[in-house]
Amino acid sequence: IREKMWGILRQRGIDGGGLSLRRTRSALVSARSYAAGSKEMTVRDALNSAIDEEMSADPKVFVMGEEVGQYQGAYKITKGLLEKYGPERVYDTPITEAGFTGIGVGAAYAGLKPVVEFMTFNFSMQAIDHIINSAAKSNYMSAGQINVPIVFRGPNGAAAGVGAQHSQCYAAWYASVPGLKVLAPYSAEDARGLLKAAIRDPDPVVFLENELLYGESFPISEEALDSSFCLPIGKAKIEREGKDVTIVTFSKMVGFALKAAEKLAEEGISAEVINLRSIRPLDRETINASVRKTSRLVTVEEGFPQHGVCAEICASVVEESFSYLDAPVERIAGADVPMPYAANLERLALPQVEDIVRAAKRACYRSK
Amino acid sequence: MATSFSATLPLHGSQENRLLLPPIRLAPPPSSFLGFTRSLTIPSSRRLYHAHAARRSPVVGVQEVVKEKKVTNSLLITKEEGLVLYEDMILGRSFEDMCAQMYYRGKMFGFVHLYNGQEAVSTGFIKLLTQSDSVVSTYRDHVHALSKGVSARAVMSELFGKVTGCCRGQGGSMHMFSKEHNMLGGFAFIGEGIPVATGAAFTSKYKREVLKQDCEDVTVAFFGDGTCNNGQFYECLNMAALYKLPIIFVVENNLWAIGMSHLRSTSDPEIWKKGPAFGMPGVHVDGMDVLKVREVAKEAVTRARRGEGPTLVECETYRFRGHSLADPDELRDAAEKAKYAARDPITALKKYLVENKLASEGELKTIEKKIDELVEEAVEFADASPQPGRSQLLENVFADPKGFGIGPDGRYRCEDPKFTQGTAQV
Repeated sequence: IREKMWGILRQRGIDGGGLSLRRTRSALVSARSYAAGSKEMTVRDALNSAIDEEMSADPKVFVMGEEVGQYQGAYKITKGLLEKYGPERVYDTPITEAGFTGIGVGAAYAGLKPVVEFMTFNFSMQAIDHIINSAAKSNYMSAGQINVPIVFRGPNGAAAGVGAQHSQCYAAWYASVPGLKVLAPYSAEDARGLLKAAIRDPDPVVFLENELLYGESFPISEEALDSSFCLPIGKAKIEREGKDVTIVTFSKMVGFALKAAEKLAEEGISAEVINLRSIRPLDRETINASVRKTSRLVTVEEGFPQHGVCAEICASVVEESFSYLDAPVERIAGADVPMPYAANLERLALPQVEDIVRAAKRACYRSK
Repeated sequence: MATSFSATLPLHGSQENRLLLPPIRLAPPPSSFLGFTRSLTIPSSRRLYHAHAARRSPVVGVQEVVKEKKVTNSLLITKEEGLVLYEDMILGRSFEDMCAQMYYRGKMFGFVHLYNGQEAVSTGFIKLLTQSDSVVSTYRDHVHALSKGVSARAVMSELFGKVTGCCRGQGGSMHMFSKEHNMLGGFAFIGEGIPVATGAAFTSKYKREVLKQDCEDVTVAFFGDGTCNNGQFYECLNMAALYKLPIIFVVENNLWAIGMSHLRSTSDPEIWKKGPAFGMPGVHVDGMDVLKVREVAKEAVTRARRGEGPTLVECETYRFRGHSLADPDELRDAAEKAKYAARDPITALKKYLVENKLASEGELKTIEKKIDELVEEAVEFADASPQPGRSQLLENVFADPKGFGIGPDGRYRCEDPKFTQGTAQV
């Protein structure tokens, strides 16, 4: 079945027109990243503006979650929306994840476009039945009759000192389910473009933000500020071009990988950093094309190592580009323990820039 | 207004119903309220409580109702309505019996949960709904789908796993979806359908208030007694009452969850009481009597359409077969089964129609014959239909055809200027 799926992918996406599409696409993408962005925007403002614009454009979009209204959002992402759109479109729910997620799914069945906020994705575990069984599987079970245009968003992964029950990364869990699209933005541009695409998408999308990134500012181009700006779902972005080693990652780790790339550049290793943006569907073409260029792979994620996103990427590369690899694939993930509280232990439990640098060097020296 | 609905609904708004049943019942024994003749090791205080409850909310057999109707001299239904109800219940029963036969012949497989005995609930509620009203059910959903209008052929093909099924064979027995008839499933997890139904009701309200459309659609959520111990049920009772959603929560209390008796698993077995706790009316009705169910349903649906909010209706009913076709059904007492078999809703309605001269035996027999032929034709159709093609395996995972944000023309969908409905004015 995997071969068959790949066959379909190759037919539709890669061969013929697809290849040229990809080349022009990546050119445009790089053009965007180097655009004269004299404006800066925080990820928080980017998300807020994205939801605002989508709600303004389509009256069927509404926001539902704990503290999204009067409190202006637990992390202030939905600030100002209640005043602007009123309580009929911005719902403060009781603390009933299973209940309100199910209500969102039912509303999506009936034709509305809910944006359901989880205060953190850890709380989505109380509603995971609805995300997976009623949302992800419905289009398939009903043979295309009922699609679910819903977005589940919220902060995912570790924050600072919030302890084990508030720090898990759910990318691997949700990305393993067919029927869901899983997105993980890094910069403000990613956040805006991907959230707008997610809200307009007719399928259930799990949108994994990161709490520590909310306050970070990124340069943003005029194009990204346009109200019809969208990024394609399923396409990774090459944040930094290089030729010696490929570092693939998503969300907050992209920032760490870029810093690691600079450190590596001082030592003469040119690292290519790929920002996945989309965990499902995974952009295997971009990853494999990059590995075929550099012959070395380092994957980084914050979540637990076993059965993680990195495992899938490594397996994909080994299956597709084995003969191009010059070194074993490197996998950096969070420690295989529930997140400790103490600040120094937490730092040890998460990948740091030094870990990425060390892994990249290991990948580069192995062949010598 | 909540309390006026919490008492048992007298049938014609008359008080005669109550007078038929004296406040202290010496016989039948109080535990017969819940059909339990076998002695359980429940503390005597609890038994007394149930006895008390029995007296407070009497459940009358259809016999008594029929007698009462003769006294008051006005009928609950017209001939046409009666025939529609009869046909629907016969369809449900014949279809389920045929399912059992087909299962034991190997044509149907997996989990199949039959609805025999509970037809009055489905018919009583769903025959009052329009096509745009929604129904959400559990895994025991064949008859809900049939009552809502999905054709017997489509349901039978779905059960056989053929491409002509209502979900092209991808859903199966427990996942009956029909967009055309607004049958929103078919959920295997108990309690899962309740929030989804609440969401559909939420959409009706949203369409009225935000989108300013003319929308009077209500949603009916069916679920069982076991579900009433699940957290999601309470979450939704809370939110439905809080937001005044046009939804009716129908509990098909058949007293058993697989082999777990309702009494053994619930601290307070009277489910209708949980409605007023959340600020909505809670009604208990005899689910073996389609006319009673229909009366209660009329009130609840009208309430919802008027925008007065949700209602919780507990229908005391019984499933004649096991939980599923794989269930040996050993834990239920034969005497209890016999007791409820005597209250078969179809026989009761037949008796009512004939005794009140609404229909002759001949007419009813014609209906039965017609339904038999329909069901047999459905089986033949399903048998003759092809299985799904191999390419169907990977279809419909996403609504977006390529599932990658890529449209049918090969370009990224987000680049298409028509991707958004309107222009944002921020």
